Amino acid sequence: MKTRAIIRPLLRGCRYREGVLLRRQGLRWASDTWASGPAQKAGAESVNFPGALNSSFTATMKFHNPAEATAMPTYRIMDADGNIVDNTRDPQSASDEDVIRWYKNMLTVSIMDLIMFDAQRQGRTSFYMVSAGEEGIAVGSASALIPEDVCFLQYREQGVLIQRGFTLKEMMSQLFANKDDHGKGRNMPVHYGSGKLNVHTISSPLATQIPQASGAAYALKMQRLINPNIPPRIVACYFGEGAASEGDFHAALNIAATKSCPIVFVCRNNGFAISTASIEQYKGDGIASRGMGYGIDTIRVDGNDIFAVREVMIEARKRALEGNCKPILVEAMSYRVSHHSTSDDSFAYRAKREVEEWKRRDNPITRLRKWMENKGIWDEDKEREARASIRKEVLREFSAAEKVKKPAIREMFTDMYEELTPEARNQMKQLKEIIEKYPKEYDVSVHEGGVKTLE
Amino acid sequence: MALIKRWVHSLPHRGYATTSAVSSIRRLNVPVDFSKTQLLHHTKETIAGAPEFPQGSSTSRLNLFQAVNAGLRTALKEDPKTLCFGEDVGFGGVFRCTMGLQDEFGPDRVFNTPIVEQGIVGMAIGAAAEGRKPIVEIQFADYVWPAFDQITNEASKFRYREGSTGANVGGMVIRMPSGGVGHGALYHSQSPESVFCHVPGFKVVVPRSPTRAKGLLLASVLESQDPVLFLEPKILYRAAVEEVPDEFYTLPIGKAEVLKPGKDVTIISYGRPLYTCEAAIQAAEKDFPGVQIELIDLQTIYPWDRKTIMDSVKKTGRAIVVHESMVNYGVGAEVAATIQEKVFLHLQAPVMRIGGLTTHTGLAWEKYVIPDGTRIYDGIKRTLEY
Repeated sequence: MKTRAIIRPLLRGCRYREGVLLRRQGLRWASDTWASGPAQKAGAESVNFPGALNSSFTATMKFHNPAEATAMPTYRIMDADGNIVDNTRDPQSASDEDVIRWYKNMLTVSIMDLIMFDAQRQGRTSFYMVSAGEEGIAVGSASALIPEDVCFLQYREQGVLIQRGFTLKEMMSQLFANKDDHGKGRNMPVHYGSGKLNVHTISSPLATQIPQASGAAYALKMQRLINPNIPPRIVACYFGEGAASEGDFHAALNIAATKSCPIVFVCRNNGFAISTASIEQYKGDGIASRGMGYGIDTIRVDGNDIFAVREVMIEARKRALEGNCKPILVEAMSYRVSHHSTSDDSFAYRAKREVEEWKRRDNPITRLRKWMENKGIWDEDKEREARASIRKEVLREFSAAEKVKKPAIREMFTDMYEELTPEARNQMKQLKEIIEKYPKEYDVSVHEGGVKTLE
Repeated sequence: MALIKRWVHSLPHRGYATTSAVSSIRRLNVPVDFSKTQLLHHTKETIAGAPEFPQGSSTSRLNLFQAVNAGLRTALKEDPKTLCFGEDVGFGGVFRCTMGLQDEFGPDRVFNTPIVEQGIVGMAIGAAAEGRKPIVEIQFADYVWPAFDQITNEASKFRYREGSTGANVGGMVIRMPSGGVGHGALYHSQSPESVFCHVPGFKVVVPRSPTRAKGLLLASVLESQDPVLFLEPKILYRAAVEEVPDEFYTLPIGKAEVLKPGKDVTIISYGRPLYTCEAAIQAAEKDFPGVQIELIDLQTIYPWDRKTIMDSVKKTGRAIVVHESMVNYGVGAEVAATIQEKVFLHLQAPVMRIGGLTTHTGLAWEKYVIPDGTRIYDGIKRTLEY
């Protein structure tokens, strides 16, 4: 931070001296790695400036212009018609049963989207965010993780949760903020979380989870350093291309790289951040081009190709755990077919025709369906049967969750701290008195235990 | 190192410091003599008389930064889950608080981060959520603001939003040097504690001395199941020196401490101004014979010890709250409002707030901005005469 200029020069001077002193004494010192000799040896072709190692001198003055570089290519395994473009990359690592399960998981997300979107329109829930067009990124990447891996999500990754085993009951409990919700009804809908599945609870502030994920990855690495019997684990951290404009994205990638954290950053680049098209979000070559700047192995993948996403994630996970560990950046390209949320009408800022075209021409679900049909493991009947049974199941859990009571009123005060503070106790008492004094003004019966839980 | 030593050491003695150069005319605005203050344990004997410390322990004469260092070393030794990181922490920290720790515990547990406060706190949250105990440093409290979102929206709400998953960031401690130094101006003087008390989730602790710092820091890291903001008055890093028990001990978070009993006025303060209060009390008690003033160290700013404060004001009927941070919406506002709400009928004078003036800490006027002995003395006088 440049505002520290006042004190920093002083301190820098001190640190330099200290470093020299320690080196003289033969002690280990971080700067030994970059400043162990004179800056430039006579006749050298390059100079070891501490800030840029192995940069050779040039007599040609060339400004490096990003516009002259070709965009990073997008890796894919199958085309929009479900044909494998390169047979050497045929996803043989998965069984037909696995593929069908992924397909059903994507279908579940998609069917739930429609039902919950309508439910919000009917006022039965307060809010919802659909994942249409991005089911492949979520399910494909999650299929490459082990259950012990830790996930940090943004909010449009229902597929990750379902792939990891989050049940429809758990989902509906969260959406209806009922007493069975892990978040105790405290969070807005779609802010899921699961301790059992190692998925941290989603929070609304964008990108805040990214540096947290780096820290969590560092923790996993340290746990294994202390106890090598723990299986190697990574953190998978998801965010959109809009969130990548936040300072926290910068913080996270820089920290993950400098501290060699076993983490895979998965950016869902769906072209829009609410109404802001990516052209207004950044000028560079997407998010992927930034990874290189942080010294991070990076790949861009076709997010509508679940096989490509999965293979990339398997390789990313492997690389993240190699040697002293390192972060990997995956930019998965897709198109946000849906509105941003139930509070958004996206046709206010983009043409309906364009959206319809994406929906029709290319999306991860139909692409995989075509592949499955080509292979002869799926057909129209199976499709109809799967859709009907998923729909039935979603509606059943929907109705059940809607009827479950809300969490106890007391839970509004618990978990702020491990223990209730005297202030919280006092306010609980005050609230109880008000409710009892004006009973007609409050409907406490919807809450588990009624007003009694405030004691 | 030499430069820092000179810089910090010289703080209270500079001509433009808060407690300005000794003048023969001045009686109230005189430098605090840390070798004579009753607030520090100058000998082992006073430690032996205090039940909160391990009895029979050997002691070492440490200043505040050395006590913080001892606390960190003990925490790192006691619990392999602890980590220590921040800007320039690896070589010992710009205030020397982490000196020797990287050599002793290795660069995996004690390390530098890039210069990015939101990243430091974000990383700490993630590490704590996965079971580590990160003790992170923000180089100056003035630079905590880039991490404000991570502190208030994320760490503060972490346990609450996770609900029954049980995930939390207990064991996470954010240390930061805070408060005036005499010439820190706008960005090396701030005391942001009250801002963090407006959002529940963090415990906010300000130690007044080396012994308190070590015990409270160890409690924050090893005992608290909630995240802790630990503000270290940087002017005391070298100035406050006392006997500190070598053995492991913790001090209770959330407890205020009555430093000096009295019956006529209660002064509630914390951190550095306690020493100014002590001097002002001595002058006032001399000038108003028979008057006895009670001095209380709040120590934990949030959640704060209401009972100790209310019991005291019930007895004295008069209260003054003193702090360095700005008076508007400051800690004093909360304490004063609570006093009038809880012990209204016992009050014989309005509760007075003496805080930093509501302006920025411009370099040339720091001595006017931060409460000095004269303002505190005058506050006592006016409260007694009301």
